Amino acid sequence: MTQVAMTVNGKSVSGEVEGRTLLSDYLREDLRLTGTHVGCDTSQCGACVVHVDGKAVKACTMFAAEAEGAQVTTIEGMGTADGGLTAVQQAFQDHHGLQCGFCTPGMVMTAAALLEETPKPTEAEIRDYLEGNICRCTGYHNIVKAIMAASGQDVSAVAAE
Amino acid sequence: MPKDHGVGASSARREDVRFLTGRGKYTDDIALQGQTHAVFVRSQVANGVITSIDTTEAAAMPGVLAVFTGADFADVGGNPAGWQINSRDGEPMKEPKRPVLAHGKVRHVGDAYAAVIAETEEQARDAAEAIVAEIEEQPAVVDMGKALEDGSPLVHDEIGTNQCFDWGWIEDNRAATDAAIKAAPHVTTLELVNNRLVPNAMEPRASMADYDPGTGDYTLYTTSQNPHLTRLLISAFVLGIPENKLKVVAPDVGGGFGSKIYHYGEEALVLAAAKKIGRPVRWTASRSESFLSDAHGRDHVTKIELACEEDGTFIAFRTETMANVGAYLSNFSTATPTFLHGTLMAGNYAVPNVYVNVKAVFTNTAPVDAYRGAGRPEATYSLERVIDMAARELGIDPLEIRRRNFVQPDQFPFTSAAGLEYDTGDYGALVDTLEEMIDRDGFEARRRDSAARGKLRGLGVNTYIEACGIAPSNLVGVLGARVGLYDAATVRVNATGNIAVMVGAHSHGQGHETAFPQVVADMLGVDENSIEIVHGDTSKIPFGMGTYGSRSLAVCGSAVVRATDKIITKGKKIAAHMLEAAEADIEFTDGQFSVAGTDKSVGFGDVALKAYIPHDFPLEEVEPGLEETAFYDPANFTYPSGAYACEVEVDPETGKVTVDRFAAADDFGNVINPMIVTGQVHGGLAQGIGQALLEQTTYDSEGQLISASYMDYAMPRADDLPFYEVDHSCQTPCTHNPLGVKGCGEAGAIGSPPSVVNAVIDALHAGGHTHVTHIDMPLTPARVWSAINS
Repeated sequence: MTQVAMTVNGKSVSGEVEGRTLLSDYLREDLRLTGTHVGCDTSQCGACVVHVDGKAVKACTMFAAEAEGAQVTTIEGMGTADGGLTAVQQAFQDHHGLQCGFCTPGMVMTAAALLEETPKPTEAEIRDYLEGNICRCTGYHNIVKAIMAASGQDVSAVAAE
Repeated sequence: MPKDHGVGASSARREDVRFLTGRGKYTDDIALQGQTHAVFVRSQVANGVITSIDTTEAAAMPGVLAVFTGADFADVGGNPAGWQINSRDGEPMKEPKRPVLAHGKVRHVGDAYAAVIAETEEQARDAAEAIVAEIEEQPAVVDMGKALEDGSPLVHDEIGTNQCFDWGWIEDNRAATDAAIKAAPHVTTLELVNNRLVPNAMEPRASMADYDPGTGDYTLYTTSQNPHLTRLLISAFVLGIPENKLKVVAPDVGGGFGSKIYHYGEEALVLAAAKKIGRPVRWTASRSESFLSDAHGRDHVTKIELACEEDGTFIAFRTETMANVGAYLSNFSTATPTFLHGTLMAGNYAVPNVYVNVKAVFTNTAPVDAYRGAGRPEATYSLERVIDMAARELGIDPLEIRRRNFVQPDQFPFTSAAGLEYDTGDYGALVDTLEEMIDRDGFEARRRDSAARGKLRGLGVNTYIEACGIAPSNLVGVLGARVGLYDAATVRVNATGNIAVMVGAHSHGQGHETAFPQVVADMLGVDENSIEIVHGDTSKIPFGMGTYGSRSLAVCGSAVVRATDKIITKGKKIAAHMLEAAEADIEFTDGQFSVAGTDKSVGFGDVALKAYIPHDFPLEEVEPGLEETAFYDPANFTYPSGAYACEVEVDPETGKVTVDRFAAADDFGNVINPMIVTGQVHGGLAQGIGQALLEQTTYDSEGQLISASYMDYAMPRADDLPFYEVDHSCQTPCTHNPLGVKGCGEAGAIGSPPSVVNAVIDALHAGGHTHVTHIDMPLTPARVWSAINS
């Protein structure tokens, strides 16, 4: 067992983990932050995307021990100071960018990272950036549209949701 | 002006906030005190005799609490098929037992034959690897054609054949159809494959069981689209736990698409294990396990013939299909290729002759069952591909040949040659709408633009009709269903006027928590935000059959309407008492009960309060309380229909197909929440385009599943798909349910594959590759390039 300490959603946490414990398992099972979802076992689906030191990372691709000392943000840590939705989250609701909700945490975390890097992404840039996030419900239309809207772009010309 | 609340409004989804903030509660998110973990041991061979299983070492490993094998379940029931199909000769289908764990024989790669329960998942996994099973591998059969040959290896030795049934629909029409085809001036024949898919809900299947030794009560949390059906199957067929001692809870469920309709052995195993060890037992599938053990979809091999006049008037459709059911019969696997497929083989057309023959075939592969669309995508694909081919042969515009054959608006109700009574529709109007959407006049310019870039542009169209709102119990009972297909709702008006609606339908992405209150709010004249939908817990909801077959609103929503009607009726009794008037004189409008012709009235909230504080009630006339239940059994299926168009670009150098434009015009009858309906269509389109271009479940000849991860199975991703144009302004309301709704959940997946393939064929013909008349899905670059260069 290895001792690990990190900051998750602004709070210091520490615990003992096995060397093989994935960050996604540590967040879900040890910290009970179950908003980070696991939808595959080959790091393809992106439901587990969190931010580690400001970068979007699939939490199933890291061992918990590798996050020693890191600043981790999960979907539970997204939101405005007063407990409301961020612009990205609000846009997902406004434009029906989610259905079953399972891929949604990863989508939101990925979208937030994209907008951090590229404040006004084109449709093509968004679709390209979402390559590592699979959604089976929405057909992506409203996710792409929501991200464009969250970036302040006029989406009225895009077909109605 | 769009409505901002009630029926017809795009009300924002109230379930979204918990999902957007990580506060949804899916099965694997539940942690119970003292929980343990199950891991399954699955066959690595497709066909084999289990000669011995040694669990001694595994049982002694750290943390291991119990080990189970098939022998532990030899005396309990099997997981049954829900629909009996009879062959053309009247013989009932072959129905081998499907055990909780494989016993004596394994029949597909992934067939679970043992399970380990341990303190941690890692300990269970380590112990599972220590189980020593001697499995004598036998030749496997994967190909349906070979499975039907004499001397083929058998999936189930005891039934002596791999043919489950040989079904004809409608058998009495066979001779007339044969004669019509023989005499027809033009016959187009097409052999095609409807490719095998895996539904791939993003949340893998998961189950957690708890047993209370003090009361003998079991609780099963599970990823189900229909918790009552799951409970019924476990109670009545598999474990025999009385229903009043088993609570099944399907909490938030991360998509289903059919794969979570069915009861699976893992659910029974965790229940039995929880009782044995006296602690909760938890299991969550890995994605690889999902690929190996979820029910797959489609997998038909079909020969279809279309006989028509030289002017394109259809005379007959004749279909011969082999449908793969895999190694065991999943719960709806026998209904899907028959009554959900054969009955739709007249399409939107007034064709006089239809005959369908379906042979269902056991193979050493995972079970195959309903996947989004369930039989209707297979029907639509066969019809709309062969029609396109006929149009090309006859030199008739592909939309025009369809128009010439449509059932006309004044012909409804119309009994199709495949035996269904379509209640309403206007297929010509759908095509009119589609043509407005797709800028057909601009197509040639777009084609030239593509050509200038070395690309071939094609336009493909198709129409579809489907049967939803599953289903009238009296009809399906005659046809072999072993369950009724009604649904149920309880409307509970609380004393202070807020309302809980308990429904049998289950929402796993469809937005019931938002849309159902819109209906009730309009009926009662109350704020939709004061209404809560309760679903997914058999201890809270009435016995409904759940969500599949685009049935939730048409069937369960109708039960909600009926129960709400009863609330209004009861409210009138109470109001009559409060207003000292005759019940017959009470009218209810906009949330007010009033005495006709007077200014005396009382609000809904006051009536609700009075119902629970009945100090001066005439108790012999009216009971306290304001709570009503209704069961609704539909009189007919509903018949959504649509016209779809796809524009593709094909790169002739590589064979890569890019979907550039996609337009869908659908008739869903009345629409409650247009935003949600459009979202449902989007998702269906992505799955249909995925089937057409990307997705393929592949077993090798020995039965190894070689597409068992997202590295190998091509899921549609954001950069594979365009923005879609979706329209549902054509609305011919359903005539037999109180909402006039038809269902929208599967349309996109049903309607889209043929237009994609039709578009590719059109593109290749435009590029001079006229020898290519068909390519089987998925139209991968390799297949398209090979077709071009064949």
